[in-house]
Amino acid sequence: MNKPIRRVSIFCLVLILALMLRVNWVQGVQASDWANNPHNDRAKYDRYAYPRGNIIVGGQAVTKSDFVNGLRYKYKRSWVDGPMYAPVTGYSSQTYDASQLEKLEDGILSGTDSRLFFRNTLDMLTGKPKQGGDVVTTIDPKVQKAGFEGLGDKKGAAVAIDPRTGAILGLVSTPSYDPSTFAGGTDEDGKAWTALNNDPNKPMLNRALRETYPPGSTFKLVTAATAFETGKYQKPTDATDTPDQYILPGTSTPLINASPTEDCGDATVQHAMDLSCNTVFGKMGAELGGDALRAQAEKFGFNKEVNIPVRADASHFPSNSKPDGTAMDAIGQHDTRATPLQMAMVAAAIANNGSLMEPYLVAQEGSAGNVISTHTERQLSQAVTPATAQKLQQLMESVVQNGTGKNARIPGVTVGGKTGTAQHGQDNSGLPFAWFVSYAKGQDGKQVAVAVVVEDGAGESREISGGSLAAPIAKAMMQAALGK
Amino acid sequence: MSTFDVSSGRTPTTGRRRAVGRSSAGDAPNRRNTELLMLGFAVLVPILAYANVGLAMDGSLPAGMLSYGLGLGALALVAHLAVRRFAPYADPLLLPLATLLNGLGLVMIWRLDKAGKLLIKNFPAAANQLMWSGIGLAVFIGVVWLLKDHRILQRYTYISMVVALVLLAAPAFFPSRKEDFGAKIWIRIGSFSVQPGEFAKIILTVFFAGFLMVKKDALALASRKFMGLYLPRGRDLGPIVVVWLLSILILVFETDLGSSFLFFGLFVVMLYVATERTSWIVFGLVMSLGGAAVVASTESHVKTRINAWLDPMAAFAPKPPPQSSEQIGQTLMSLGSGGTVGTGLGQGRSWLIQFAAKSDFILGSFGEELGLTGLMALFMVYGLVVQRGLRTALAARDPFGKLLAVGLSSAFALQVFVVAGGVTGLIPLTGMTMPFLAQGGSSVVANWALIAILLKISDTARRPAVEPAAAIPEPAGPERYGPGSGAPDQSRGASS
Repeated sequence: MNKPIRRVSIFCLVLILALMLRVNWVQGVQASDWANNPHNDRAKYDRYAYPRGNIIVGGQAVTKSDFVNGLRYKYKRSWVDGPMYAPVTGYSSQTYDASQLEKLEDGILSGTDSRLFFRNTLDMLTGKPKQGGDVVTTIDPKVQKAGFEGLGDKKGAAVAIDPRTGAILGLVSTPSYDPSTFAGGTDEDGKAWTALNNDPNKPMLNRALRETYPPGSTFKLVTAATAFETGKYQKPTDATDTPDQYILPGTSTPLINASPTEDCGDATVQHAMDLSCNTVFGKMGAELGGDALRAQAEKFGFNKEVNIPVRADASHFPSNSKPDGTAMDAIGQHDTRATPLQMAMVAAAIANNGSLMEPYLVAQEGSAGNVISTHTERQLSQAVTPATAQKLQQLMESVVQNGTGKNARIPGVTVGGKTGTAQHGQDNSGLPFAWFVSYAKGQDGKQVAVAVVVEDGAGESREISGGSLAAPIAKAMMQAALGK
Repeated sequence: MSTFDVSSGRTPTTGRRRAVGRSSAGDAPNRRNTELLMLGFAVLVPILAYANVGLAMDGSLPAGMLSYGLGLGALALVAHLAVRRFAPYADPLLLPLATLLNGLGLVMIWRLDKAGKLLIKNFPAAANQLMWSGIGLAVFIGVVWLLKDHRILQRYTYISMVVALVLLAAPAFFPSRKEDFGAKIWIRIGSFSVQPGEFAKIILTVFFAGFLMVKKDALALASRKFMGLYLPRGRDLGPIVVVWLLSILILVFETDLGSSFLFFGLFVVMLYVATERTSWIVFGLVMSLGGAAVVASTESHVKTRINAWLDPMAAFAPKPPPQSSEQIGQTLMSLGSGGTVGTGLGQGRSWLIQFAAKSDFILGSFGEELGLTGLMALFMVYGLVVQRGLRTALAARDPFGKLLAVGLSSAFALQVFVVAGGVTGLIPLTGMTMPFLAQGGSSVVANWALIAILLKISDTARRPAVEPAAAIPEPAGPERYGPGSGAPDQSRGASS
């Protein structure tokens, strides 16, 4: 009877061995797949099991981790000046996941990033409580505040960039939301979340990065850049040979200027820019052609997403417009669309002598005083030659001195700017968007480039113009950046 | 110690054997001190685990530390003393291994009690389980004490059959609860419930062993050769067909896939050992696969289980299939999150498994908090229990003892495989509990009884033999040693 017993014994051993192989497969080979499965709630609980790292603005944390000692979550995220910084930080909710920096930098903030492995192991051995790392942003709190308060109750967005480095100094979107209201898991958090998502004003939309607007007259900067780069015009004082009334090519529709009293006939480039003549730049664009305009626009960053590291939507310059459409595209209407970040990049490239620096929001990742990574500045493209950039600066500075941008003048500071009042909606029936795109250079070498857009403000459409609505906000942000 | 006669009448009286046994005890090591030492570890490890849970979850040693430690230690010590007194030559590892598993199970149940509201319907179960462990050890001591010789059980072959049938059939007449997922394996009277299948496992093994001992020659020799296989005669097929039908009926009426597989597998294994005919295995496999295929294609409950096995994450879909359960998917995520070394006791989140986290799915908690390392160790412990049992079968000197030991050990192994395989997604899930680890009074008590019977068989088997022909009914085999020869016993002991 012993032979079969031995065989049964081997059989039983095989059964146990099969179990061992199976757990090796599940807990060894497949372990991370199961651990990171989207249905595995452990990651969610882990994120709030110990203090989450902070997002730093101007040396101060704008986030907090509150010890709430809940049943499932030990900590809850909260924000200092939540509405002001929400477009920068995003949210991190126990129930509704996370967004923007809170989401992208989650590895650092929750301390699970593999680069923190050594420190975590050290902390485990020395018995220090686990803690997440910090994310240092490039935001200047004064610029952020100026933009946020300037926009106030109005719907809109503002972006400020340091042209020399690409560092984003301000990133404002209004109306905004307080991420603290739905960071937890209670019924109130749920109600706040639902209310924010159902709000027709879309407070959770980051307009600075994720909304594309018709850039209107601010796009004339790109059209002028194309004209200088292609050699169509040599200098700002060149006459443009434009008739008083310009008929869109292939149609019988006249292109009209914002005000019929404007003196745009045969204006120089400079004069047309000062007055923001649609006829001059429409004709210029049609003559340059869609391909040349698109090539130049793409050098400024159009038609491509930007990650700062938060993703910004691609701005759009069309590739298949008919000549009359191209004339409209060239003045920032028709199919041309741009994010506020994109227009700030245009101003920054012009201010930085044509060199477009990659915009970035995170200066440093660190933990417990140790720097894990630092941003390296990178040129995105040489958008225009330094010579063209000089000519464009001359145009923009004249706009502020003599033209539509007088509201942005700052004593003792060189300011260049361009206004825009963009039509939109069915038959352009919507209230126009007011734009102001500018840069400022202080005597101490400090620089800043700003783009501000204000969505349909109250009142009649003609009252809204970039110069009156958007320029003061841009001015305040530039003053904050330069310390004036 | 009164003198008694065992049924076969071929063995000498106990008094005479004991007398000789005592005289040679000085030469032949009885391994009781080894057992005591091992038992020390088996008690110490759960106590440390208990302290670990307290430190991890509360930052302090648990308040019940002393009483738990003393209680477990005292229970183990009493069991050890009983073995020392009534089964002095018994296997030294079985008691410590079972104690270790039982102790760890208690710690994990206590730890899940502490999960509080995180676990749905979380009623504190550790105290209850401790009580059942105590009852289990009392049963263990009772068996070791009162069962003078395992061969007495042979007398009850047919009574065992009747009792086993009644136990197996009974749950079908009791209503099942909603949360039992359709499995009818409980007898409930008020708040008191018994899982008779656990006891039926042992009683059925006694029946098989007694039955096969009588019939083995007829089954083995009277067969026809066909295509190289020895096929049994038609009339000898009777019993196997009856057991096969029984297991199918359990499956259909109690929708208990696990027990059905267990009983049929047990019978095939014992039949094979009794007759030494490979053809029985082929026969058994064909019949069980055929039966399983038919039932699986008709019974919705079994189909649900198989679908859950094939796609454990289906239950998480926005529109989960009807009757689906997150359990297997949750357990797999639990295991994966535990990884190689685990989160540490008390620091995992295995309460996410929710339903049956303390019973059928307790292995998920062990996998998450002790990691792959812990599960490998647990499987090793289970493997050791099985191998010590089978070793007892090899060493046993009577065919009934051999069959009984093989039956009990392989039933244990099959149960471990079916439960652990089901929980880890190796095979479809069946409703059974992990021996000793899982919450459940019936299971703990029945498994302590199982260990006690194995110990009694091993005591008889390892006892220094007295007279060659008298004590050993079987012809000389490799496990048979001459009278008074201490050397083979020592060599056997050394490899223990």
